[in-house]
Amino acid sequence: MNTQGKVFKYPDNVDTDVIIPARYLNTPDAQELALHCMEDIDTEFVEKVNNGDVMVAGWNFGCGSSREHAPLVIKTCGTGCVIAKSFARIFYRNAINIGLPILECKEAAEEINANDEVTVDFDTGVITNITTGKEYKAQPFPEFIQSIIKCGGLLKSLKEGEQNG
Amino acid sequence: MGMTMTQKILASHAGLTNVVAGQLINAKLDIVLGNDITTPVAVNEFNKAGFQKVFDKDRVAIVLDHFVPNKDIKAAEQSKTCREFACSHCVSHFYDVGKMGIEHALLPEQGVVTAGDCIIGADSHTCTYGALGAFSTGVGSTDMAAGMATGMAWFKVPSAIKFNLTGRLPKNCSGKDVILTIIGMIGVDGALYKSMEFAGDGAHALSMDDRLCICNMAIEAGAKNGIFPVDDVTMKYLQGRSERKPVIFEADLDAEYEKVIDMDLSKIVPTVACPHLPENTHPASELHHIKVDQVVIGSCTNGRMEDMEAAYNILKGKKVADGIRCIIIPGTMQILRECVEKGYYTAFIDAGAVVSTPTCGPCLGGYMGILAAGEKCIATTNRNFVGRMGHVDSEVYLASPHTAAASALTGYVTEYKED
Repeated sequence: MNTQGKVFKYPDNVDTDVIIPARYLNTPDAQELALHCMEDIDTEFVEKVNNGDVMVAGWNFGCGSSREHAPLVIKTCGTGCVIAKSFARIFYRNAINIGLPILECKEAAEEINANDEVTVDFDTGVITNITTGKEYKAQPFPEFIQSIIKCGGLLKSLKEGEQNG
Repeated sequence: MGMTMTQKILASHAGLTNVVAGQLINAKLDIVLGNDITTPVAVNEFNKAGFQKVFDKDRVAIVLDHFVPNKDIKAAEQSKTCREFACSHCVSHFYDVGKMGIEHALLPEQGVVTAGDCIIGADSHTCTYGALGAFSTGVGSTDMAAGMATGMAWFKVPSAIKFNLTGRLPKNCSGKDVILTIIGMIGVDGALYKSMEFAGDGAHALSMDDRLCICNMAIEAGAKNGIFPVDDVTMKYLQGRSERKPVIFEADLDAEYEKVIDMDLSKIVPTVACPHLPENTHPASELHHIKVDQVVIGSCTNGRMEDMEAAYNILKGKKVADGIRCIIIPGTMQILRECVEKGYYTAFIDAGAVVSTPTCGPCLGGYMGILAAGEKCIATTNRNFVGRMGHVDSEVYLASPHTAAASALTGYVTEYKED
């Protein structure tokens, strides 16, 4: 599995309130919510993002509320992957549970610039910046989490476990 | 090597005699919680995965609190989804309008959560119940769906930071000033993935409402959970309230902590977190030049009886400054009733404040006090992110009920000083 696209760059401590403001959370509809993704800090994101594009951010991405709507709207917009120096723990869990690929890589998060073209290989954790030619290696997920991702999310992995167990 | 209090609760719920930080475990859940925003997503996932029933109808709690009484048609549809799910699965802890309260004020009050529990909730402030000596943490809707179906959740066993509290709080300070001071000190990711374990004679001297407030905002330091040891204050609070028998866990004497931070509570001052991060803290005394448009006293952080009492003691017989909108929101129907009985409501109204039924409302920019561009609010809520309470160009200053009420009287950020 991999993704290739253009980079949208964000700072430290991007919170779930700016990823999807709570004023829109009167619906669980992902398509409708996705129209407002990032709008409080980047009014152009929804218009400019293409399938496979990559978000690159600093420390503590996704802090704040537990709303699963946050990784869901990022995924629904077509974002192929989020790379950050670190993720807030509930966001990290939610991203895995709903199948949004995320990678922790401090060096890549620091050096990759907005609008760079990058490819990400999720199986190896290798991030390649096509614009600069530089390659990075992200922390691999623990095996247990990889198995959830391979099944396509938490509930599917539970169902598979039920059938096998 | 010994275990922390959190590690002991997790080991017990995973059926293990010992766990270490970093270990992945599967733990039994005592309560699985959701609200009117997160439950509809969980219900959809639950149904889509083909689950037929919840693992235990008495161990699921669904609280309608964010947008109720429903603020609009879409919110009403979300509440309806929750109501129908709760009804079809005979969920015993379902709290609708009339019975509801802000979830993290309500569940401890009603005795649904207790010491020794392992709890997940699809709301980040689920970490509040650590005040009772429980392991309790926020998750997303898919985890809630899985928890409702199986009664289990996976966790990575956290390491811990120990806060050794000594001394007694000054009279114009509360648990809110303690947790804001801590977040200012360690930052919004200072406890990322970790437990915040509170201990020391200062911890034992804190009231239950202060402990609930402190654990509530552990998430604002990135923590997995916050937790207080079980003592006489805990047992007195749980007595006659807890539906299940409390179980007491204690940290081992040789438990390993990543860091131990000593804090003298007598040195705490009224503290305010300025926009747009809870770590951006300053003494209130340095912010007298900040003019506010609105004051909010309430939320899962500070909507409890002691918070209402603090507001009453400061506002009674006085007037909210001209041009200031002061909004007071008790956390539960029981607290609202007590406020009415004690004459607090009359005093609030006479002071020029408005009072509401329980709701999360303005805290997350839902309704009941949304800010326009350029407006400033001092609030006892928990987050001051960009756009949190309304317009992207509005500002939220986080403070204690004492500081918020004192600011309502002057129209500027003001710490309370006893008359």
